[in-house]
Amino acid sequence: MIKNWWKIASVILLLYTVIAGFLFSVPRLVIVNETIRALYFHVPMWFGMVIMFLVSTVYAIRYLRNSTPVNDVVSVEFANAGLVFGLLGIFTGMIWANYTWGSPWHGDPKQNGAAIALLVYLAYFVLRGSLSNEEQRARLGAVYNIFAFAAMIPLIFIIPRMTSSMHPGSGGNPGFNMYDLDSKMRMVFYPAVAGWILLGVWIASLRIRTRRLEEHILELEDHA
Amino acid sequence: MPRYLLITLFTLFSISLQAQEPEMADTMRSEGKIYVVVAILLLILAGLIGYLIMIDRKVTRLEDKLKDKN
Repeated sequence: MIKNWWKIASVILLLYTVIAGFLFSVPRLVIVNETIRALYFHVPMWFGMVIMFLVSTVYAIRYLRNSTPVNDVVSVEFANAGLVFGLLGIFTGMIWANYTWGSPWHGDPKQNGAAIALLVYLAYFVLRGSLSNEEQRARLGAVYNIFAFAAMIPLIFIIPRMTSSMHPGSGGNPGFNMYDLDSKMRMVFYPAVAGWILLGVWIASLRIRTRRLEEHILELEDHA
Repeated sequence: MPRYLLITLFTLFSISLQAQEPEMADTMRSEGKIYVVVAILLLILAGLIGYLIMIDRKVTRLEDKLKDKN
């Protein structure tokens, strides 16, 4: 049980997020009004995506240094989990934007950057799917994965800060400090981020384990 | 002195705007209906996590089975 402490932590943090996210007090602001609570759910999706893609890239580099199938499997499955977080992030953002900015797609630099970053990662799966040789697929996939991560960082974190963006924290728009994002919101937001990241790692680990089982069975069949 | 009058009026107007609090779901909260939302979301989250735990256990069982075979 101690071995799975982080899974228990994930469950507790997520349950806390729902309870505190809806019941704790938030700053009273015009336009966003009560939808400010969406911050507790929409933003952690992006934090989750970045962490999943980071782990994926680390294992892609590890694969290039040491070409074992395990490194490749871990890299792919974390990229998969990251993509799920990213898609959830973009769709929750569209719902939120529809009510606060007036339309689901506002051409906001951060919104466009996130969409391009997701397309770059989708191309990663297209690339892998188009190669039938396993070693080639793993090696080219690993190289492209590093490029994709390097492309995502400026698209999401740098370009939106250089132009004007309606996202808090970009282009002169203050982030948390605007509402002196009071310690009250931080007390819900950071646990939410941690909870979702742990859940992502959990789901990715399950997929990695099933992939390992599959390989194991194939090996046994070869020997038989 | 209509200019000073205007400035005074604008100042008063902006003060009154600031004093007006943005609308929040205070009525819903006072009626306790927010707990309905929280309860439903907690149930869905618990259900999905419970399902995830069951998948985790199944994978562990399969891993053990394969270990025995070797």
